[in-house]
Formats: sequence, structure tokens, C-alpha cells
Amino acid sequence: MLRRFLPLLLLVALALPGCAEQDEGPTITLWHSYRGAERDALDAVVRAWDDEHPEVAVEVLAVPSKAYKSRLQSAIPRGNGPDLFIEAHELTGEWSGSKLLEPAALPADLAWSDFTGASVDALRFRDQVWGVPIAVKSLALYRNRALVPVAPTTFEELLETGRASAGVPLAYETGETFFHAPFLHTFGGRLLADDGQPTLDSPGVIASMEFVGRLTATGAVPAESDGATVSTLFNEGRAAYVISGPWFLGEIADDVAFEITPLPGLAETGEPLRPFLTVESLLRAAWSDADDALVTSLIGAIAGLDGSVARASQGRQVPALLAAREHPTVASDDVLRPFAVQADTAVPMPNRPEMSFVWEPSNRALRAVLRGAIEPEAAAERAQREVESFLRPRADAVSPTPYLAVLGLLLLMAAGWSVREARRKDVVRRARRSWRSYAYLGPAFIGMAAVVFIPFIVGAGVSLFAHRDGEFTFVGLRNFVRILTSDTYPLTDPMNFWFTLVVTVVWTAANVAAHVGIGLGLALLLRDPWMKLKGFYRVLLIVPWAVPNYITALIWKGMFNEQFGAINGVLGTLGVEPVAWFSQWATSFAANLCTNTWLGFPFMMVVTLGALQAIPRDLEEAAEVDGAGPWLRFRHVTLPLLKPALLPAVILGSVWTFNMFNVIYLVSAGDPDGGTEILISEAYKWAFTRQAQYGYASAYALLVFGILVLYTAATKKVTGGDVS
Amino acid sequence: MSSPAKQHVPRKATWAGQWWRHAILVPITVATLYPVLWVVKMALTPEESFALSANPFPTTVTFDNFATLLGDLLFWRQLLNSIIVSAITTVIGIALSTTAAYAFSRFEFPGRAAGMNGLLVTQMFPGVIMAIPLYILLDATGLLNSLMGLALCYATTAIPFCVWMMKGYFDTIPRDLEEAAVLDGASQWTIFTKIVLPLSRPAIAVTALFSFMTAWNEFILAATFMSKETAFTLPVALQAYVGDRSTDWDLFAAGAILVSIPVMALFFLLQKQLVEGLTAGSVKG
Repeated sequence: MLRRFLPLLLLVALALPGCAEQDEGPTITLWHSYRGAERDALDAVVRAWDDEHPEVAVEVLAVPSKAYKSRLQSAIPRGNGPDLFIEAHELTGEWSGSKLLEPAALPADLAWSDFTGASVDALRFRDQVWGVPIAVKSLALYRNRALVPVAPTTFEELLETGRASAGVPLAYETGETFFHAPFLHTFGGRLLADDGQPTLDSPGVIASMEFVGRLTATGAVPAESDGATVSTLFNEGRAAYVISGPWFLGEIADDVAFEITPLPGLAETGEPLRPFLTVESLLRAAWSDADDALVTSLIGAIAGLDGSVARASQGRQVPALLAAREHPTVASDDVLRPFAVQADTAVPMPNRPEMSFVWEPSNRALRAVLRGAIEPEAAAERAQREVESFLRPRADAVSPTPYLAVLGLLLLMAAGWSVREARRKDVVRRARRSWRSYAYLGPAFIGMAAVVFIPFIVGAGVSLFAHRDGEFTFVGLRNFVRILTSDTYPLTDPMNFWFTLVVTVVWTAANVAAHVGIGLGLALLLRDPWMKLKGFYRVLLIVPWAVPNYITALIWKGMFNEQFGAINGVLGTLGVEPVAWFSQWATSFAANLCTNTWLGFPFMMVVTLGALQAIPRDLEEAAEVDGAGPWLRFRHVTLPLLKPALLPAVILGSVWTFNMFNVIYLVSAGDPDGGTEILISEAYKWAFTRQAQYGYASAYALLVFGILVLYTAATKKVTGGDVS
Repeated sequence: MSSPAKQHVPRKATWAGQWWRHAILVPITVATLYPVLWVVKMALTPEESFALSANPFPTTVTFDNFATLLGDLLFWRQLLNSIIVSAITTVIGIALSTTAAYAFSRFEFPGRAAGMNGLLVTQMFPGVIMAIPLYILLDATGLLNSLMGLALCYATTAIPFCVWMMKGYFDTIPRDLEEAAVLDGASQWTIFTKIVLPLSRPAIAVTALFSFMTAWNEFILAATFMSKETAFTLPVALQAYVGDRSTDWDLFAAGAILVSIPVMALFFLLQKQLVEGLTAGSVKG
């Protein structure tokens, strides 16, 4: 077997030197997460500058948006980051605080006053402008011109003309606060006060939620709409209007005649509908050692007039540079012009660090109101309480001395105990005699120690610290105490640790039962050598195992779509009303369960098939001769023989399911109200969406680990099985 | 393997005798394939005319998406990276897990139980706390930004499951042959490489498949550790079609199919070994 891999190894050896870093003089690294036309336009601008500057090489790297932020956060503090990167202005508050940013300088031929005032203000934090604005983005109104020829002047008129011409007057992603913002602002609502205090329960927020609650209740807007629903409705001519951003352009079918206009005002309040403004900007990473003058010159090339016009015409980006706005190719463009007008009235997204954890509670409240589960006022109060609990001051620093003393003592005791045990059992002599075993094990264990155990121990150590603003403070066991007492959340609240634990246990038990049930059933059907088409079924039934789960989970999410999903389509033919799968806990949980069952049963089926092959047939045949029916034979002969093979698979399966992050994240995303979140997805949220509270997240993850260890030990004890 | 020879053709072996099994299997198979058909539909439908519906078959067919992907030179470079990383992972994975599993299966030594438990325990480490320490570690050892470092990470992640599988299979191999070889004066290493390994082909095939898949499908570590686009693997390239607010579903799906084809092919080729190799623990050693 190994010999067959030798040619490959040779190939590897040949290819490796090509991957090594080569030092070829000064470089400037630029990272971004653009794709498609935006990316091509940026590449062209950078390449042009690079050609004019032979003394330096620019390395541009496009990182998938899912890995972008975490990559920047790991790389910059280690000195591996880029010199420049492109990000939205919102993170300047948090990232300047955690010392990931340096203020970016403008080239001599540009001044801050050359950019729109809003875009520069958006990048200002603590009296410092942190980046150079290159493009502005906001929502605007897309109108199907075949259905409604003339743009409405008020939102009321929009609803009226929409109702008169299409089944769905308006579609947008209702459950997202970002898309709700125009309504929020027209009612004078804000998510954060200037000092960073959350204001999710202010009258404006409540009024805006009441308003959209009425919109969905009267059928003016479909309640559960995600991006795919919105584009399908618009492309099929079923929705007259759509509120979305520039990214929606790529989703519109060729045969739909449309026009983009700024959002109209709301007559009820007499105020315009103002969306959030996102300013995409060039940011200078900390620890960058590139030549400042060259970096500034590159900034000028991207953000200056020529660069802005090129990015606007080729990449469809609305420039933040005033001169570029007036350039004929931009000013006469039917897409860029309305977005530019809208950007000028839009409300810059707050760039304070607190903003990063307003989204989750706010989305949750919005969705609960839209599905009629709760009154807007109660929802708003709850959301406010949640944000406040994320914002609570970090646990006080404690002196590490007692912890170190206890740790030292424990280590000493453990050492003493092991030495005594070793003496008693004569370990040294036996170990010396079995040196050969260790030689066989060595490579695997050294590798695992390096890549698995050390990172784990370091990561576990982080659980004793609190992380805020790039600084770690030793807080002892306080993170654990906070989690286990779950602050002030009652047991029935999804934010409560114990609630999530129960959900996780139910999730694991249900999944493993389904995996084993289906896997075993299929294996029994397919085991017999005389079974026709056996191989054919086997190959097709293991397909879910072969396709990466991050794509099939997304497909499942689409299949549970309320309006267009296949599941509701099938139920419809049976006469069942469409189900809003992610609006209720039970159905949302069922959707996750369905997805994960599909993903996991092939493994159990193959394990069982393997085990069944190793079971001698004579026992069952003897039982058959004795007159035992199929059920009795299965129950008393086959199952006991399968147990030793199934038990380890069941334990492994439960451990995998317990930590099955992808399905929860991609299918239900915790809906409704975070109720279908499991422990590992909560830990992930603490680490990545609730302002990088690594310590807290790590404590969460350690608790997950502890529970799994206890579970495995208990299973071994109860079944008396030697799992290994 | 040891099906008892039958003298007559039993009723069960005819279509009439087993129709009810097919009545159960056909709907399950259809349900299993349905989501996969959707991936195919997304890949074959031009994005603008893509609409959600219950029909899993494409209404308009275009191969533009595949042409776009395959026409990009970078795609082939990244495919090569994927092959290299997965190959190194597979080789390291097999080398480390067969030796370790052999020790667990055949030798008695202090720490054996602790070692087996340690392997199981690693499956419980939540990845969320390990990503940043792992980054620092690779950076400190200079393995950041190299396909070798990436492959080492993947191989060691795959080891516990592979050892578990291999040990289960080794346990089912009768020891008589090895005992005879010992009497003939063969060394332990000779026995391992010349007798045990050749007998364990199915399990090695499964181990290879599993290690290969671990490396082949992963994208978060690859997107975080590699510093050039020419060093990215295919799943990273695939994720580049997923944006913050919108996704190029057509290209994403076409890419997913291209990524899945080799794994599907391996599953198809190795399906007999897969069933035989996964007999872990069924016969107590």
C-alpha cells in the first residue's frame, strides 16, 4: 500500500520548495474579501500602481469572508498580518482598542475634505480617523418597472402601488436588523446612544417594531424572508419592490426591468427612511513594517480619483471621493447615482465596540415580534437586558497566587501519587521492557501532543482569563461561576447555560437514536448476499457522507424555506398548510435533526454492515431452526452480537453530534430566540460575535469537554464495555 | 465473506421474495439523493434564472459554471495543492495510525489504557478554543504558510479515529500467523510490515479514505494559515463564492460538485473495503 504512495511523495517533495517563502525585496501586502467584479476592479487598480513602482511588489490576497476576520485577528498580533486591508468602518472602534490598527495617512494630494463628510465621520473614533474611505454602501429601493412604472414619493404610496400590481408589495430580509434600520430611523430609534449605552428599549425602537409587525400582519411584507426568498419573489414578478443593497444586482434575472431609487419617506412620521451607511475603507494594520511613503502612495492610488472611478465603473462601487462622484461616468450611471444619493442621507453605522453585540439580541427581538410571539415592548425590554448582560463589566482581576499555589500542590500530589503507583506496579521495569511499544506509538503521540494537546492546554488556560480590548486579565474561576449560575437568566431562557445543556442532550440523544435506528435498519436490509441491487443501494446511500457538509447543510436550509422549500412543497401535495419551520422551537429543532440525521446515518450503516459481516450466520440460522421469529432472532441473537461493535460507534457518534456546530449554525442559526442553539454554538458566539470574549468562550468549551468526558466514563461503566 | 453455500435458490433471493425490502429502500434512497440533486441543479442553472422550488431537476441547463471554474489556471494550482496536502495527510495518517494501532492491539505495556482513553478524549476537544493556540504554535515552528504544516494538522486530527478503526481491525486478525513467524525468528517489525499490514488492506483503505477526506474538505485552517492564493486549497477557493450578504450559488455548487467527485469516486472504488474495514471491535481481541 505504502509503495503505491511513493510517486505521490516524490511529487510532494518536488512541490514543497515552491511553497517556501521567498524574500525578494520590499513588499506591501493588501488583504480584502471582495469577490467578482469588485475584486477584479481592485486588482486592476493595484496592478497599475505596482507597474509604476518597480521598487516594491504588492501582494494582494483575497480571503473568503467567513475566514477573513479571524485570520486578521490571529495574524496581525503575531506580526504576520497585511500592511493594508479593506474592511467596513464598523470595526474601527473595537480593533483600534485591541491595538490591531494604526491610523492611515493620506497622500499629499488628498485631504479629508475631499471625501463625503459622512464617510470620514464614520471612520472617526476617539478623535482619530482610522482609515481612508474607498466606497460607501447602503440599502436602496429596487422597483420592478413593468409592474410599477413610476417611483413612489412616499412609503404609503409604495405599499399602495405595490398592492395594486403584485401579490407581494414589498420584500426584504425582515428578520435582519440591518434591513430593518430604515424603519428604525424613521421612528427616531437608535441602537446605541453616543456614549455606547444600548437603547434597544427606546420608544423609537418599539414603534418601528410595531410598524413592521403591522406590515407583515397585513400581508404587505412576507414575514419570513431570507435572501433567496427575496430574489425569487422579485425575479418571478411576484414582488413589486425590494429593499436591498448593491449586492442584489447580481441576483436579478436578465428579463426583469428594474430601477433603483433612494428609499422614499414615511408620511406617518414625515421622516425619510434612512438605511445604515457602511463605509468600506483601507485600514493600516498594526505591526506593519512596510515603507510608510509607499503605503500612502498605494492608498492614494486606490482611494484617489482614478482609482475610485475605475472601481466605480468596473466594480460598481459607489465612491466616497467627492470628485469621483461628479465624474461623468459615475454621475450618469443609473445604479451608482441612486446609491450615492441614498448614501448621503444614510446613517453611518456606529463604530463603537458595543455595536458588535447589539445585532444578535436585536435580530432575535425583531423575529419574535414578526412571528407574533411577543409584544414589541416586551421584546425590546428583553433585548435590552440581553445586551446589558453582554456588556456587563468583566469579572474583576484576581491575584493568580492562590491558583498557582493550588496548581503547584495538585501537581506535586499527582507526581507523588504517580511515583508511588509506578513503584508499586513496577512500571519502570515494565516500561523499559516494552520500549518497543513506545517506539510504535511515539510518532503518533508526538504529533498529537504538538498539534492537539498543547493547543488544548493553552486554550484551556485561557478560560481563567477575561479578554477585553486586546488585553487578558486573570480572573480565576469566575468565568465558570458566571456560566454555571447563568447570571440572572431564568431556566427557561435560551441564554441560560442549563437550558442550552438540556437542548444539547436532547439533540444528541435524538440524533444518535435516529442514526443507529436508520443505519441498523438499512444494514439489516442490505446485509444478505442474495439481496438484489445491494451494491447499488450502498453506493447511493453513502453519498451524504461524501459531499462536504457545509454545502449540503445550506441546501437543507433552502429545503425548509417556508414559501419555496421542497419540504413544504411535498407537504402541500398532502394537503398540509405551509409550515414556518424556524418560527417554532419544535419544528426548528426538527429541521436541524432532519439535516443531521441525513448527514450521519451512512456512517452508522457502514459500521453496522461491517459488524454484521463479522457475525457468524450459524447462530441465527440455529435460532431460525428452533422456530424463533425474525424479531426474536434480532433481539436475542443479532443485537447482542452487534453490541461490541456498535457501542464505540455510538459513543463516537454522540461525541461528534454533541459538538456538531455546522448544522446548527447553517440550518436553524439558533432560531427561534436562540432556543435551538447547542453548547458548542454558544461557545462560538462568545468567541466571535460577542466581542471576542475568548476567556468566557473557552470556559464554555471546557465545560462541554468535561460533560463529554463524564458521559463517556459513565457509558463505559454502565455497559461494562471496553470501549477501546 | 463467509456466506454459507446454499443448495437451492431460496425464495428470498428472488424479486418476488424481497419486493418489500425494495419498497422500503427506494423511497429512502430517493430522499437521500434529493438534496444532492439540488446541488447539481444549482450548478447547472444560470444564477439569474435560479428560483427556489420543489423540483430538483434543472429547467435550463448550462455548463458555463463548470467552464468558468475549470478555465481558471488558479483552479488547477489549487487542485494541485489539495492533492498534495491530502496525499501528505494520507501518508502521515496511515504511517502514524497503523503503527500506533498495532501497539495498542498487540502489546501490553504501562499506559496502554490511558493512551486509548487519551485518543477518545481528543475527539471531545472543542475546536473553538484550539484555533488561536494552533496558529501561534505553527507560527513559532515556522510551519505557518506551508502545505506541510497544514497536512500535519490534518493528519493529527484524523489520527484518533484512524487508530480506533485500525486497532479494531487488527484485533480481528488471528494471531497464529504472527506466532508462527516469531518461531521462525522474524522480527516484530517484519511481522508488522510483512504479515499484519498486507492482511489489513481493507482497514488501511478506510484509514486512507478518512484521512484524505479530512484534508480534502477543510477550509477554515487552510484559509487562515496560507498566505498566498496560489497556496490555498480547493475548499478555500470554493468559500470565496460565499459573501457576507450574497452568495454565487451557481459557482459554489459547481465547485462543490468538482470537490466531491474525487471523494465519491473513492467511496465507489473502496465501498467493499469500507464495509470490511469498519469492523472495529466486532470481534474482541
